[in-house]
Amino acid sequence: MVTPVLELKDVSISYYTRAGAVPAVYDFSLTVNPGEAVGIVGESGCGKSTVALAIMQYMGKNGAVTGGEIRFMGRDMRTMSEEELRKIRGSQIAMVYQEPMASLNPAMVIRDQLIEVPMIHEGIDARAAEKRAIELLDAVRLPDPQRILNSYPHQLSGGQQQRAVIAMALLSNPKLLLLDEPTTALDVTVEAGVVELIKDISKRFGTSMIYISHNLGLILETCNRICVMYSGQSVELGSVGQVFDQMRHPYTRGLFSSIPLPGADRFSHPLVPIRGQLPLPRDRPTGCTFSPRCDFFVPGRCDKPIPMLDIKGDPGHEARCVRYDEIDWAKYKPKGVETEPMEPGPVVLKVNDFKKYYEIRDNSIGALIAGTGSRYVKAAERLDFEAREAETVAIVGESGCGKSTFAKVLMGLETSTGGEVLVNGIDVGKLPVKKRPAGMISGLQIVFQNPFETLNPSHSVGAQIGRVLKKFGVAKGSEEIERKTHELLDFVKLPREFAQRKPRQLSGGQKQRIGIARAFGGNAAVVVADEPVSALDVSVQAAVTGLLTDIQRKKRTTMVFISHDLSVVRYLADRICVMYLGRIMEQGTTDQVFNPPYHPYTEALLSAVPIADTSVVKKKIVLKGELPSPMNPPSGCPFQTRCHRKIGLICETELPPVKELAPGHKIMCHLPDEELRAMEPVIAIARKEIDETVSAATPVEDAPMSQAPAQLKVKKGSVRKSLVKTPGDNAQP
Amino acid sequence: MTDIAAPSAAPVHRPSRLSKLVKSIGLLRESPIGMLGAFLVLFWVCAAIFADVLPLRDPLAQSAPDLLRPALSPAPDGGTFWLGTDDKGRDILSRLFFGSRLVLFWASFATFVAYSVGMLMGVAAGYRGGWWDEILSFIGNVFLAFPQMVLYIVILTQLRPDSPAGELLAAAGFTTVWIKGLTIVLAIMLGTAPQVMRIVRGLVLDLKSRDYIAAAEVRGESPFYIMIVELLPNARGPLIVDACLRLGYVTIAIAALGFLGLGLPPPDPDWGKMISEVRGYGAAAGNAMIWPALAISTLVLGLNLLADGLREISLRD
Repeated sequence: MVTPVLELKDVSISYYTRAGAVPAVYDFSLTVNPGEAVGIVGESGCGKSTVALAIMQYMGKNGAVTGGEIRFMGRDMRTMSEEELRKIRGSQIAMVYQEPMASLNPAMVIRDQLIEVPMIHEGIDARAAEKRAIELLDAVRLPDPQRILNSYPHQLSGGQQQRAVIAMALLSNPKLLLLDEPTTALDVTVEAGVVELIKDISKRFGTSMIYISHNLGLILETCNRICVMYSGQSVELGSVGQVFDQMRHPYTRGLFSSIPLPGADRFSHPLVPIRGQLPLPRDRPTGCTFSPRCDFFVPGRCDKPIPMLDIKGDPGHEARCVRYDEIDWAKYKPKGVETEPMEPGPVVLKVNDFKKYYEIRDNSIGALIAGTGSRYVKAAERLDFEAREAETVAIVGESGCGKSTFAKVLMGLETSTGGEVLVNGIDVGKLPVKKRPAGMISGLQIVFQNPFETLNPSHSVGAQIGRVLKKFGVAKGSEEIERKTHELLDFVKLPREFAQRKPRQLSGGQKQRIGIARAFGGNAAVVVADEPVSALDVSVQAAVTGLLTDIQRKKRTTMVFISHDLSVVRYLADRICVMYLGRIMEQGTTDQVFNPPYHPYTEALLSAVPIADTSVVKKKIVLKGELPSPMNPPSGCPFQTRCHRKIGLICETELPPVKELAPGHKIMCHLPDEELRAMEPVIAIARKEIDETVSAATPVEDAPMSQAPAQLKVKKGSVRKSLVKTPGDNAQP
Repeated sequence: MTDIAAPSAAPVHRPSRLSKLVKSIGLLRESPIGMLGAFLVLFWVCAAIFADVLPLRDPLAQSAPDLLRPALSPAPDGGTFWLGTDDKGRDILSRLFFGSRLVLFWASFATFVAYSVGMLMGVAAGYRGGWWDEILSFIGNVFLAFPQMVLYIVILTQLRPDSPAGELLAAAGFTTVWIKGLTIVLAIMLGTAPQVMRIVRGLVLDLKSRDYIAAAEVRGESPFYIMIVELLPNARGPLIVDACLRLGYVTIAIAALGFLGLGLPPPDPDWGKMISEVRGYGAAAGNAMIWPALAISTLVLGLNLLADGLREISLRD
């Protein structure tokens, strides 16, 4: 038998705070074999990053490993001296963190930061170290390593920085690589490239990996085995196939039911949130920590401490559930309440030829002489789309694509440079918020992305909701305001006591609900939701998307949903605009956008989104290069620098025409129609034998399409034909 | 649904502001340094409050035979000069206690005024940006360019009670003490407010990019409302610590002005003036000089330690 690279046995870790010791992780065991990639997945606060820090023996002043063994190559790290640990860290065990900018020293060029690793750990000279550094920069697929070596971190893009950090981690050929959410800060198409690289590491270098993430899709793409953590404990452990397809813990099941997999739909297959809340470390229930939220709780059995149990007949698969063999897993699939699709009303928001340029002044003497004193950044160029009452239109794109710029103009925080933004026939694009009448202000509201910034930490929740009600003239006098505040809290399904609470006493999901209450406080006709769930844990995301759908049904609000996450968009939106560098590349109903013909960018975007479903087969398209800066957009088609279907000079010189391939389905591309129509679907369901997966693969049956009543009643079978493909007819490139 | 409890209509308990204050003061117990500072400051605050009630001698009564006596000397009326007497035979202990009223009152008042002006300038410069920022920062920089003491001396010598401005105030019914005091407040405000402005401006530049500010803008709040209600309360953490430190600096500045003869008019016992009055007597005045010096340093040290303690606590979680 081989010695495992890393063996954690019954490890407990505590943090010491004002209120005493808080156990962060306890009774945690994990083995990592040579060349293996193990994923640790869990929601925030479950202790996954704490495990990584404990492995590095790098807990800081207020944390300590209080029990158990951490064996690295057979030696207990807890008994090693600080000197020995220093020799191991960085050379035998390396770590990659979430924020590449924070991992690199901004005052040193990349060369100096890279070569010091082997120089310190192996004592080789600078020249040999630099040779090695160039090899590794090449291995992490960074073009032009010499230029990278001479750059400071700020001169590289986020994706390049993270690649450099990974190269640094691999420089001294470590036995174990810890990756803590290494791609969370990156854009989807850039992330796809880094994930591709990470997948390759074990194969190429024989390095074992621990990949920490909240994203099940990424774990599926990168790991062999997976450990699901909940509230400081591992609850399920096994190979990726075992855990994804034959999960034996109710929490894992709940996690999969609350993420939008292909086939989920907010009306026919709504997501099912896990009820209740993650317990604070202090109020963890005795016994099974998941018991208060579990459908299978049995007093007397579940409230005693439960060890990890081997699943009978499934070697290597463990779960922390005493009832794993009593539950009928094939049938147990939490199902939401099916609802009727919403019938969209008249057009509420109409955007015609919208433009927003930002002026950038260069006051240097050189610029004045050259006459280049001011330049324009075209944040949004020629946007054309409309949204109806009770309809959700999603604007999708990566950073810098102009999706937030449009939201700002709609809200009146900025004014447009050209074109019209008509809300119920009135052009609001040129009206800053100061010049808008009160009714218009309350009719156009926004739900913000970051729950931790959306509420003012100094004022109580009630005061903040009350202020909105007063400002919008919904309620007058303190009594009426209080009554209406309570009504709004009921409306977003929060207890009325929350009115007295300060934002810091609320969880992320609860804060986001207050943000929603505030946006809908004045009966808004159009609400912009700017990535309202992207900062939330998956089990909470499902609840918040459900709430948004509920409210939209009651109030018949038009929603503009801004997001980079195609899975959420597919679940929530009726229609989608895909933006890239200030332009809409493709727009259409959700069905049209997710099925061919695609714009090449949409195709790449769809391929880049990690999907946590083993039966999904994706066409692999990894874009080269990085997102161009909106300051310096490419000539011709904005996507031409990265396009995998570029046809030639015309892409570089001419802006592509907008083609309407089906009613309402517009694509801006030079590719001939036949070629566009001949595209294969990016996402296909490969297997059919597991019944639950097939039921999940029910076609995306969307809210009625506004412009194509003929296509409205798509038969289930016909869509499935295009969506469900056997592996045979979807050859991998 | 998740992360919620059932809505309830039960009446809700509201913790009073007082109980919250007591709780936050209780936190100070975790910092020994902060506790020491709080003790020193509280000592002088109590001295100021209870100076009338305590069995102290008259701070203004002169006793001709008892000049520059050492500590614990017997007084002619059978009492004791606990800390000795000054060059006019007045009791140092009672002068220190009554003097703490003047020092604490004028230092707090001056700091308060400087802070109010500095915060308003800072929040306006930080939030409005553009020309507001350019102009306000320029004004601030002009005043910061003067050495502070020179600035104080220029202002105080120009605005003496017998100057035209002083006479105007006197005609309006202000006593000499108030005219002197207010000119000191003005001088300190001009020297301190720009520094406060810089801190507040920096804090606001960070805070104004938060979503809750955008939310306030989107619901059509006025800039004034956003500055006062949405921004300033969130800057309070670092500002409380800084205000504590700055109160110490202002105490020193007032004592220094008193020492230079630009402080409050005699015969009121100002600590700085108490030192300067006796400095001509050389070694014989050692006792009369050491006590007011100690009083100044204990108060300032107390304020500094308190600020350290507050900072320490605010950084912990």
